[in-house]
Amino acid sequence: MEKILDIRDLHVSFKTFGGEVQAVRGVNLELYRGETLAIVGESGCGKSVTANSIMRLIPTPPGEIKDGSILFKGRDMTQLSDKEVRKIRGVDISMIFQDPMTALNPTLTVGDQLTEGLRQHRSISRKEADKQAMEMLTLVGIPNPIERMKQYPHEFSGGMRQRIVIAMALICDPELLIADEPTTALDVTIQAQILQLFQKIQKQTGVSIILITHDLGVVAKIANRIAVMYAGKVIETGTRKEIFYTPQHPYTRGLLHSVPRLDQKGEKLIPIDGTPPDLFSPPEGCPFAARCPMAMEVCTKVYPFHSELSRTHDVDCWLQDERAKKYMASTY
Amino acid sequence: MAKYILKRFIYMIVTVFIIATLTFFLMNLLPGSPFNEERTTNEAVQRNLEAHYHLDEPLVVQYALYLKSIVTLDFGPSIKQPTETVNTLLGRGFPISAELGIWTILIALISGVALGVFAALKHNGVIDYIAMTIAVLGISIPNFVLATLLIQQLAVNLGVLPAATWSSPQHMVLPIIALATGPMAIIARLTRSSMLETLTQDYIKTARAKGLSPAKIIVKHALKNALMPVVTILGTLLAGVLTGTFVIEKIFAIPGMGKYFVEGINQRDYPVIMGTTVFYSAFLVLMLFLVDIAYGILDPRIKLHKEGGK
Repeated sequence: MEKILDIRDLHVSFKTFGGEVQAVRGVNLELYRGETLAIVGESGCGKSVTANSIMRLIPTPPGEIKDGSILFKGRDMTQLSDKEVRKIRGVDISMIFQDPMTALNPTLTVGDQLTEGLRQHRSISRKEADKQAMEMLTLVGIPNPIERMKQYPHEFSGGMRQRIVIAMALICDPELLIADEPTTALDVTIQAQILQLFQKIQKQTGVSIILITHDLGVVAKIANRIAVMYAGKVIETGTRKEIFYTPQHPYTRGLLHSVPRLDQKGEKLIPIDGTPPDLFSPPEGCPFAARCPMAMEVCTKVYPFHSELSRTHDVDCWLQDERAKKYMASTY
Repeated sequence: MAKYILKRFIYMIVTVFIIATLTFFLMNLLPGSPFNEERTTNEAVQRNLEAHYHLDEPLVVQYALYLKSIVTLDFGPSIKQPTETVNTLLGRGFPISAELGIWTILIALISGVALGVFAALKHNGVIDYIAMTIAVLGISIPNFVLATLLIQQLAVNLGVLPAATWSSPQHMVLPIIALATGPMAIIARLTRSSMLETLTQDYIKTARAKGLSPAKIIVKHALKNALMPVVTILGTLLAGVLTGTFVIEKIFAIPGMGKYFVEGINQRDYPVIMGTTVFYSAFLVLMLFLVDIAYGILDPRIKLHKEGGK
């Protein structure tokens, strides 16, 4: 499989009055053509910052990509000029944002917003652009596209707006679609429809998708692979099966335990106690150590090594060390 | 739409009527009369004069005559300049005042918006600080102070521009600067804060994610939204410019409407006061109406009229 995106050792910081927030601290991720990768983690873990960095959408200042590389089809996004990045944005990589209520410009018609990307990147007539936009609206399931094109965002419901946002992202036929919490702001019934739409589109166009979410239900439905982020680092990656059935990192396990399940009636939800560390001065060792029920002394001192459990399953945790395994086996 | 305009039109008439009524009674509360001067007029002559201008009639009758003059749009002759009617005074003064006012608003709008946008784009940079310093100065310095300063420096000391009157484009420069600086400063500050807020909106990020150029994002996506608050205060600014013209016209000896208005009050020239007041208020109310319409065009979410069921 072709590797379409390769993020290596990405560091992103934000300068604030209180100091420098290290939002992303050495993220490694890869994405293959046609797959759906989910990035999960709680608020503030750096998943959105990672996604925005891929398209160079980090507001600079205060944000800054400090270190690392983002190879998209072999080109390093961090090294390109603004002009070159603009040629990739919307054409090769598209992005869908969380809140469809605010992602559309209230003063421009839907048709205008749909076609402007096309007209910017492809030299086609207005008529041709309108035609393609209408086809796209039909694809995402919006009836009466001719009429709808002339309307303004406030004339659409939340679910419909998210469909428009998706249509807008797909109009130039991108190879990579980054969806930043695309269903968080929607009703549960609409969420399912939007997820189905993603699957349908992926089948039709073969687009690779990065899905950022904190909703493991969403992940279970459509992700091929999952990357779990915590305090600006990817702590575990694996296929959907590996993450859901054999999670290795205590944080991943905690995350799964805190989700209500239909098949285990009466079982209590187990929340993860405590809060994520302050990213102004991240801890030296494993950032999860302070909340980890299995933390050892080494966890608070040294960041754990990277271990590969299978070709697809990686984890950063001291529990993978042979000595820890032996100790755990002898005590439990 | 037609229904809305009709409704607004009726409101406008009511507003002008209230202003006219208030002006009439306030004017009559002012001590003195057009013929009340230091030189003693023969009593019979005085009485004849008053009879001629209906000033001897009861107030209610005068009020009725005054309302009639508004409805017929004929304010009669000026008392102090008997050779002129109020209508010819307005006809002569209004084009000059309008020229001053329109240039002022245009320049204030364009430079204010430009200053605000640049300040917002270079947020917390040198340009931002310079622009906002200019804006604070512009808001703080009253236009009559600025006017006299400008005359002293540019007209008297340097002699590059004429000090007064209204006869060539060079004559227009100083009064327009004096009058436009205040509104420009207000617009600049408002545009800046509104632009800063707009630039953080999600739809700006969406536009950036589409790969649009920064210029297009600012002009097409940000500016239209950022200008909403500016349009909102445009009505108030218009009123400010209008009253500003009284002072500026007086300082620069511009023969506009303001001059007749101020002189009319000083001389208790009742027909002139009433004529100019009604004219000014009608004009202002009309402008506010146009601003409302513009608002509806700029922001599709504001419906000026109810569409029949959809």
